[in-house]
Amino acid sequence: MSKRIPGPKSRFVQNAVRSRQFPIFVLMMTIIVVVSLRTPAFLSLGNFEDIMLDIAMLAIVSIGQMIVMITTGIDISVGSILAFSAMAVGSMVRANPEITPIIAILFGSLIGAALGCLNSFVITAMKIPPIITTLGTMSFFRGLVYVISQGTWVMSHQLPERFKEFTIQTDLGLPFLVIIALVLGVISYLFVNRIPIGRQIYAVGCNQKAARLAGIRVKRVEFLAYAISGLLSGVAGVMWVSRYAIAANNTATGFETQTIAACVIGGVSVFGGIGNIPGVFLGAFFIGMINNAINLIGISEFWKQAFYGMAIILAVVLDAVFNNRFKNMRAKNGEK
Amino acid sequence: MIPYKKPFDPLSFFLRWEWILVLLIIFISIINSNLSPYFLDFSNLFDMTFNFLEKGFITLPMTYVIISGNLDFSVADILALSSCIMGLAFESGMSIWLSAGLALGLGAIAGLINGNLITRLKIPSFAATLGTAALYRGLTWLLLENRGVTGFPEEFTLIGRGDIPGTEIPIPLVLFFLLFIPAAIFLHRSTFGRYVFAIGGNKEVSRFSGIKNDKIIRTIFIISGIISALSGILISARFGSVRADVVPNATLDVVTIVVLGGVSIAGGSGTLIGVALSMFLLGIVKYGLNLMNIPPQIQIVITGLLLIVSVFIPQIVNRIKKRKEEVKRK
Amino acid sequence: MNRENALPILRLSNIHKSFGGVNALIGVDFDLHPGEIHALVGENGAGKSTLMKIIAGVHQPDEGKISVNDQTVVFSDPLVAQKYGISAIYQEPTLYMDLDIAENIYMGHHPVHEKYPVIRWKEMHEMAKVPLKGLGKEIGTYQKVRGLSIAQMQMVEMAKALSLNAHILVMDEPTSALTQHEVDDLFRIMRQLREKGVAIIFISHRLEEVFEVADRVTILRDGKFVDSKPISELTNDEVIKKMVGRKIQTLFPKKNVKIGSEVLRVENLTKIGLFKDISFSLHSGEILGLAGLVGARRTDVAQTIFGIYSQDSGRIFVFGEEKRFESPSEAMEESLAYVPEDRQMHGLILSMPIKDNITLTNLKKFAGKVGLVNLKEEGSFASSIAERLEIKASGLWQDSQQLSGGNQQKAVLAKWLGTNPKILILDEPTRGIDVGTKEAVHRLMGDLVKQGVAILMISSELPEIIGMSDRIIVMCEGKLTGEFMRGEATQENILKAAMRRNNGS
Repeated sequence: MSKRIPGPKSRFVQNAVRSRQFPIFVLMMTIIVVVSLRTPAFLSLGNFEDIMLDIAMLAIVSIGQMIVMITTGIDISVGSILAFSAMAVGSMVRANPEITPIIAILFGSLIGAALGCLNSFVITAMKIPPIITTLGTMSFFRGLVYVISQGTWVMSHQLPERFKEFTIQTDLGLPFLVIIALVLGVISYLFVNRIPIGRQIYAVGCNQKAARLAGIRVKRVEFLAYAISGLLSGVAGVMWVSRYAIAANNTATGFETQTIAACVIGGVSVFGGIGNIPGVFLGAFFIGMINNAINLIGISEFWKQAFYGMAIILAVVLDAVFNNRFKNMRAKNGEK
Repeated sequence: MIPYKKPFDPLSFFLRWEWILVLLIIFISIINSNLSPYFLDFSNLFDMTFNFLEKGFITLPMTYVIISGNLDFSVADILALSSCIMGLAFESGMSIWLSAGLALGLGAIAGLINGNLITRLKIPSFAATLGTAALYRGLTWLLLENRGVTGFPEEFTLIGRGDIPGTEIPIPLVLFFLLFIPAAIFLHRSTFGRYVFAIGGNKEVSRFSGIKNDKIIRTIFIISGIISALSGILISARFGSVRADVVPNATLDVVTIVVLGGVSIAGGSGTLIGVALSMFLLGIVKYGLNLMNIPPQIQIVITGLLLIVSVFIPQIVNRIKKRKEEVKRK
Repeated sequence: MNRENALPILRLSNIHKSFGGVNALIGVDFDLHPGEIHALVGENGAGKSTLMKIIAGVHQPDEGKISVNDQTVVFSDPLVAQKYGISAIYQEPTLYMDLDIAENIYMGHHPVHEKYPVIRWKEMHEMAKVPLKGLGKEIGTYQKVRGLSIAQMQMVEMAKALSLNAHILVMDEPTSALTQHEVDDLFRIMRQLREKGVAIIFISHRLEEVFEVADRVTILRDGKFVDSKPISELTNDEVIKKMVGRKIQTLFPKKNVKIGSEVLRVENLTKIGLFKDISFSLHSGEILGLAGLVGARRTDVAQTIFGIYSQDSGRIFVFGEEKRFESPSEAMEESLAYVPEDRQMHGLILSMPIKDNITLTNLKKFAGKVGLVNLKEEGSFASSIAERLEIKASGLWQDSQQLSGGNQQKAVLAKWLGTNPKILILDEPTRGIDVGTKEAVHRLMGDLVKQGVAILMISSELPEIIGMSDRIIVMCEGKLTGEFMRGEATQENILKAAMRRNNGS
């Protein structure tokens, strides 16, 4: 009669193996082994440092994309928000070189959050589908970049050294950018796992009707999701202008594709309701690693775009197959 | 006999969205001719059409797609990939016309892939086409890298930038009408078109009524792919080159034109003539912005804003209508 | 367990509710006492589900009063009802498939720390274990809901209700998807709750279960209150009699028509989890009534025959030839037609004009070689059919949304009649429409069978089934449970067959 209920440790292992991320993890390990056999430089520390920075940048924005996707939405304006923040903060730092990096980050996050709220408003109050909204704001925000910059760029020589250094400073053992990513990762993890409104994001994505019946304010949750996505893109923008020491009109074009790729590879479902922070970091890691491997092995770098596309399609297809099978199971359980 | 034809009611006839577009066209034309006395000159107008026609072609199948309740975000990238294939084929010695045919074939295949992802795997169309957009564009970059293919024969570039011999009418304009007229007739008068509206209106009812939803949707996406490829051919002809970074924003423009043309984003309603008017309207708006020396980056701002506004306005109109009806019932 | 002297914790008085001109509830009274299990029974359409939704706050009554503990209340939405301690469990679970059990129970009201809004995970899982332990089965609270059986999902729903301190639980057909063992578990839990003072309203058509677990039963019929008594004072037959006890008015002009040869035969049609071994035959000129209660799966059978779904095993013969339909269009080619139950969701495209809806099923008839529709032909065709069915509309160019319920049903019928079907499947053809239209529909059916059309009519209205059918077959929970010839059938014996379950499912 009594079945052994799995305890916490074995449950963790069971869940990990059955999780959506496990195959990617295995694949990634395989690729690491294969690539490092061919190019031992892959495993070198210096190489790792390079990858880390890319991954960190991608991870930060992908966290926001994950939150939005869990609510069954999407945000393709993240690249434009990032660019706007980069340009705005870059210009600000150029004009006031004494600004500390922390203030710059704060400023960037406020800008990002503001733009994100604009998305939120259009989606929740004007009830325009997220894909259309962010398609429009993607261009709108990018145009705004031009407006505030009046066509000029923020250049490296215009920026104070301290600002350009801070993302890659390793005072705390790891580059600051990586630390920020990890910190944001931990905060987001706690948010979506420990705070009620964070959990409501999953509820809204899983079953909006039930969430409403349970008293959850769906609009508030959606508003928050896009605001967070904007905020994180804003933070990434500050990191960007610091790391690359440039802010231009075409900064981060196409970046949204990478964030979507990181999310779907990391197990986030386009159907909503499923996704977690470790998965997103895994996805970002995977993309960063592939990017790097492509460079190292000497394959044309134009493989990257093709790769993102293939990865997204594959992940979405698997997601759909998974989803369809469960739908059939429910029908058989006599749910009609 | 119960009447089946709507009696002509001037008020509701002229209150249609298409007339508002006409008014806007007249309005913007007036502004533009104040900005430049040459605006209303026929040859100038004809020249202007070159700029928006290629995207205009894609608005035709996109209208079918949106009315059926779907979205196709991969049009710009199918355009890129197919013209890329055409360029490479031409480079390797194939005749330009055969290469163009190859491009059309590729467009059809790309559309077929989209259609299958949506109908067989039940992936929502926005997700499927966002994915294939990345894939197709990525493949384009992979194949072309940073270079461009040039050296097309003059007969070919003529179709993109030339006029009908003896007149000033641009060839693309003629092609557009050759496509537009059957497309409009087909959408509004054929059984296929009626089914497209039905699927967008309620796909369960369509299915229960014996309509082959999946077949129709696959067909629409295949045609979308073919026409995107056609656009790619015309653009390559006009510019005389094929590059991987061609028309990165085309999708936004096309969707905006269709939605501004009165097609509901939810599907089930809209007219092709509204879309054509909207294409023309946006064309002259862009022209006017150019006259005012507003840089393209800001023009995109306006397009993005227009998209959101043109989706929002019908919603408000509907809400007002619904409230009026509720008051009536009480 | 004599609780009749206790004051009712919930009282509904003189509740009226109608939808679009059709009365769902007419002057219904209902009392619920604390700590009682109260069954709500009645045929399909008696108003049980509407009453439940009014109690749950989903609908608001047009007239009448609701009071909780003698205080008049208005449940403007389900949340308000929840605040008064009312929780509803519907047949469709409203759960989050990809979240774990404990979270499903506590979503929206997670237990949090005193000062900060941080969820106390461990405590939540501990709290969640309590109601689940009552099951006897050990399901880990960390398990995702997606993998659970329907019975287990129901347990989670009940745990959810209890976590909200519900003292009134309303359940709609809770046992319809459960095995006998699971039903026993459910009843045990219900009795435990009753001990704690929770009042449970449960809607069921399984009278043997009602007699097993309920303290009192309320019977509704045609939207009206019939009786409310302690279960000990009634017998099974008495309850059935009260459920159907109405005079059958002869509204049905069914003339005798010569019944021809077999046009449709179904053999051992089975779809796993839905229905099993359905066999019957249908002849031209015949009206075969298919009776049953909610959950009998008649619509699933009809939709499988029509090609909307495909069967797992079993054979279908049309005009003697074996067929397997993969889509409705294939069925339509064999002259089948299906008029769905829900005219607004499955029958008409509300955003399209009436004419377009009517001609949707045979547009090809009016299309030339190129596929272009001849509008004049199409229009006059639609017009003549609309006239034949007496559809009341000022013009067929109007949006079908503007039609009344009865006219919408006529429009759906027009749509299918236009295909000249030889086999017509009607799914609840007169549900929710006025008497005048009902009569017209029945007259139409009579005309059709005179022309040799074979009709399979799914109906939950016993008088209609008895009055119109040449033969009646009855289904219960996916199985055939009875067959009657015209003249043999009475409301009681049909209902008995509709409730007859082969135990050990």
